[in-house]
Amino acid sequence: MDLNYIIAILAAGVVAGTPILYASLGEVITERAGILNLGVEGMMLVGAVSAFYVGTFTENKWLGLLVALIAGGLMALIHAVITISFRSSQVASGLALTIFGTGLSAYLGRSLVGIPPTSTFKAVAIPGLSQIPVIGKILFNQDIMVYLSVILVAILWFVFYKTKVGLLLRAVGENPSAVDALGHNIFFIRYAAVIVGGMLAGAGGAYLSLAYSPSWIENMSAGRGWIAVALVIFAVWDPRRALLGAWLFGVIASLGLHLQALGVMIPSNFLQMLPYVFTFVVLVITTRETKNRRSGTPAALGIPYSREER
Amino acid sequence: MVEMRKIIKEFPGILANDQVSFDVHPGEIHALLGENGAGKSTLMSVLTGLYRPDGGDIYIEGEKTVFSSPKDAVNNGIGMVHQHFKLVQPFTVAENVMLSIKGLKQIYNLKEIEQQIIKQSEAFGLSIDPKAKIWQLSVGEQQRVEIIKLLLQGAKVLILDEPTAVLTPQEANALYKTLLKMIKSGKSVILISHKMNEVLENTDRITVLRDGKSIGTVYTENTNEKELAKMMVGRNISDQLEKKSYSKQDKIFSINNVSALGDNGMLKLKNISLDIYDGEILGVAGVDGNGQKELAEAVAGLRSVKMGSLSFSGKDCTKSGRKKRMDLGISYVPEDRMTTGLAPDLNAYENMALTSYRKNKGFFIRWDKVRNDTDQLIQKFDVRLASTANPVKMMSGGNIQKLLLAREIDSDPKLIVAVYPMRGLDIGATDYVKRLLLEQSEKGKAVLLISEDLEDLLSMTDRIIVMHGGEIMGVVNPSETSREEIGLMMAGKRKVDLHEV
Amino acid sequence: MKSKLLGSWEIKKTNSSSAMKKFGISVSSIVLGLLFAGLFVLITGKDPLKLYSEIFQSSVGSVYGLTETLVEMIPLALCSLGVSLAFRMQLWNIGAEGQFYMGAFGAAYFALFFSYLPILILLPLMMIAGFICGGLWALIPAIPKAFWNVNETISSLLLNYVAYFWMAYLVYGPWKDPKGNNFPLTKQFSESATIPVFGNTRISYAIFLVLIIAIAMFILIKYSKWGYEISVSGSSRKAADYAGMSYVKNVLKVMFLSGAIAGIAGMAEVSGVLHRLQQTISPGYGYTAILIALLARLNPFSILLVSFMMGGLLVGGFSLQTSGFPSSMVSMFQGSILFFVLAGEVFNNYRLVRKKV
Repeated sequence: MDLNYIIAILAAGVVAGTPILYASLGEVITERAGILNLGVEGMMLVGAVSAFYVGTFTENKWLGLLVALIAGGLMALIHAVITISFRSSQVASGLALTIFGTGLSAYLGRSLVGIPPTSTFKAVAIPGLSQIPVIGKILFNQDIMVYLSVILVAILWFVFYKTKVGLLLRAVGENPSAVDALGHNIFFIRYAAVIVGGMLAGAGGAYLSLAYSPSWIENMSAGRGWIAVALVIFAVWDPRRALLGAWLFGVIASLGLHLQALGVMIPSNFLQMLPYVFTFVVLVITTRETKNRRSGTPAALGIPYSREER
Repeated sequence: MVEMRKIIKEFPGILANDQVSFDVHPGEIHALLGENGAGKSTLMSVLTGLYRPDGGDIYIEGEKTVFSSPKDAVNNGIGMVHQHFKLVQPFTVAENVMLSIKGLKQIYNLKEIEQQIIKQSEAFGLSIDPKAKIWQLSVGEQQRVEIIKLLLQGAKVLILDEPTAVLTPQEANALYKTLLKMIKSGKSVILISHKMNEVLENTDRITVLRDGKSIGTVYTENTNEKELAKMMVGRNISDQLEKKSYSKQDKIFSINNVSALGDNGMLKLKNISLDIYDGEILGVAGVDGNGQKELAEAVAGLRSVKMGSLSFSGKDCTKSGRKKRMDLGISYVPEDRMTTGLAPDLNAYENMALTSYRKNKGFFIRWDKVRNDTDQLIQKFDVRLASTANPVKMMSGGNIQKLLLAREIDSDPKLIVAVYPMRGLDIGATDYVKRLLLEQSEKGKAVLLISEDLEDLLSMTDRIIVMHGGEIMGVVNPSETSREEIGLMMAGKRKVDLHEV
Repeated sequence: MKSKLLGSWEIKKTNSSSAMKKFGISVSSIVLGLLFAGLFVLITGKDPLKLYSEIFQSSVGSVYGLTETLVEMIPLALCSLGVSLAFRMQLWNIGAEGQFYMGAFGAAYFALFFSYLPILILLPLMMIAGFICGGLWALIPAIPKAFWNVNETISSLLLNYVAYFWMAYLVYGPWKDPKGNNFPLTKQFSESATIPVFGNTRISYAIFLVLIIAIAMFILIKYSKWGYEISVSGSSRKAADYAGMSYVKNVLKVMFLSGAIAGIAGMAEVSGVLHRLQQTISPGYGYTAILIALLARLNPFSILLVSFMMGGLLVGGFSLQTSGFPSSMVSMFQGSILFFVLAGEVFNNYRLVRKKV
């Protein structure tokens, strides 16, 4: 295997990891506020279908992305109402959201199957940086959404650890009653986090249908939403580690595809399993590791908050 | 400064506050005295905007004010240190304090805030390291963080809910010194307490609540213990607990050089050795979190020990789990009744089977028999239930504890491990539980009683061990020791060292 | 925020919830769920009422539709009984789909390679194989859950994809019927590997299996010591430890049995309906089963009823394909119903009262 081939695999890995990165970042925000949203898969699908629909008919990928953000946010709003206002099971509500999103996207996309896209995100080489050997081709010859995702990681890290909003967000996920007693609005913070999380899942979906494989296919996220949720645990709720995890996952996935092209004698179905098996193993290992660490799962994750309980 | 008029707050089945009126002057320490369940915490939750009253008004400096959220209370200068601290454990002191600062800049200056914390802490004698993580601090230090939070939030009225329950007597004295400094600077303090002595020594006025009603407000200098007790309980406290003298019997359980880890993987029990005898009540004193819970769990068989050995009636049982220990006759009344001692979603019958369901042979549980037994026990132990078919999480605290004790005593144990069994109960239930435990020890059963209430330990036990930092500081005889001696040991002084001086 | 959303109403906790009230809440959840999903149909310019009536007509509106509904009910009820057992212990086994596939795989192994055995030996063998394969597949997420508390929701779901590709491998690869014109199908099962059906319907005798398992599960949960341990563990793990129950063992046992029942569903589907393996053997039974279990509040008999309803919805969904709708859009209705079921939960323990002013 020559160097160019390795570079190609790594560059494709970044692309494959990007939709998962968006979704993972969204879930990091959501879970930091103490809400578990297992509906990422459904939000991604709805994001993907609406991005493709609007992007294709308006011939404007940015409009498509915008609508995907809104659609993802609206989906997440349902989850927020059920789990925050009605204090119902977060696991069950997330599952419902995934089931709902799968059906809704299939319904909305019924006439889009097989239609070619008119406006997609294409690679834009960054002058100068893309000339750096190896790294340039892997990181600086990508589409704009890849660059945006990296910037987003930096922004989120700054917000989480250097700003008041981030401080409140983290505190709500650890001990909501403490934040409540100080007069901050828990419900508002949680709603906002869940909705922003959904918007990013929608962006992940938009990336699938406008950049990764520009088209609409029923169920095209193929479990990536679930992988994104699993990566949050690997990331220890840190956006920087989410980037690492998503790209690592992307490389594994693209390796699977390329091994086949290289004529490695493994049946293709086993290579298709690879990302899921990999995620499963990573989930087990990282959970074991974080078990005894102090900084880990937000302490209030999954627990509905209500004030007048006695 | 603050006046509450005819506050009403209702919970399902309970009228927690029934037209309670209450006021605070500037520069005073005003105690809110009452039994558990008298409605003190509810009233203060109304004042801090956590609960919305179903009736009544609040006046701040003469103006009628409606608190629709805690934010309104904070903006009106009211702050509270809750009994369970509202701190974010993985955060540093400074991060916790920042959450409470009004008008904190979106991109904050950590250094500046750390400076402010140091300044405030020096002014009121509350030394603290702003960079320390909360979970690394002792309970007393965490309390200081809570107070600093209120000060930097600009609170003029500070409410402290049972602040000394978690402190050694010496730490409590230091706290009162701090509070005096605060009222001298013009602030007011509301002290929620159920301890008469403390309130008589440290406050200016006292308002007594009982059964959700205000009984009256008195000046501390004009009242005495007897009057307060009558106000609190509604009758003269009559018969004192009678404790029969104890003569040494057989050793039932012994702990030899035991060390064990806590939930977070840190060493919580360090080389503990202890014997428990039939018929005695062995008390364990200490500030919460110094290894008492781990000790109880190690004896009950819920926590495996790292080093050392345990034996029951002379037979080694170090390796046996909870199931075996139950068979041996060790029953356990856990601190957390609702989710450890009982399954909250199951009903009373189902919960009564929890520790005995294995006794009948075969694949099935004989529910008809369980029902009969339960009905009898409920009668015998005077447990009051709306319906035995409701999940137990809907029961009141006192009845939950009675149900649990009924089950555990009915199993005819040889050793009862009881962790804070009176915590949070009203006076009737507290009295009942105490009598029940004394009665059991008279029947020859051993009781390991963990409590934070020194009065209870002194009046009920035959021996007291004092724990600090996972170690036993010494063993004292209740009739020969003093609160001060126990207090110093709770703070980490060994008994042997105390008596050298 | 909460109070603003509810205006002059507030939610108060109550101590009672009658069976009638619960039933009423369930029914209104379904109606509201269908209305909500119908909204999306309406926005896109279609008539939801027409759609619903078509679904209704094609499922329970004819004898044929009714029998087809019963055909769909069998795998749905079995998968749902399986997951409900795990849910009872607060184990979110959402891998029933994969366990279903693996059960089908185990059963098919015997059907394809031991087809010479007589039916009375082969069918039980297939059932045992389906049971064990489904159970073992569920143990894979159960072991990390039991020992290291690894999130079983995500892990069991991920394995669905693995099972799916495993099936693809078999039917495209080693198990492909050499005489099948290169279609990704195994050869048809022999008569002795086929569960008989009623008359000229497609309803197999596996429907008895559904009834037997439902009754057995009811007895297990209500009267057995193990069922009691499951209930206690589901209510509070700490209480289970306190009572000396082994949480680890119970997680493994419950997950195994949960997956095994889904495995039997897979066996019943390939042996009773499809009579061969193919790439897709389930239109998402394992996922719909989650909805059914929650809607039925984990009660085995309610599961039968709800499975029948959801079976009808599936049959209706298939018929929508002829009008140009994807059959998977029924999951939109399912998800929507589940939203309202969850939101309705609050009215079981709480009631809405008008605020005193």
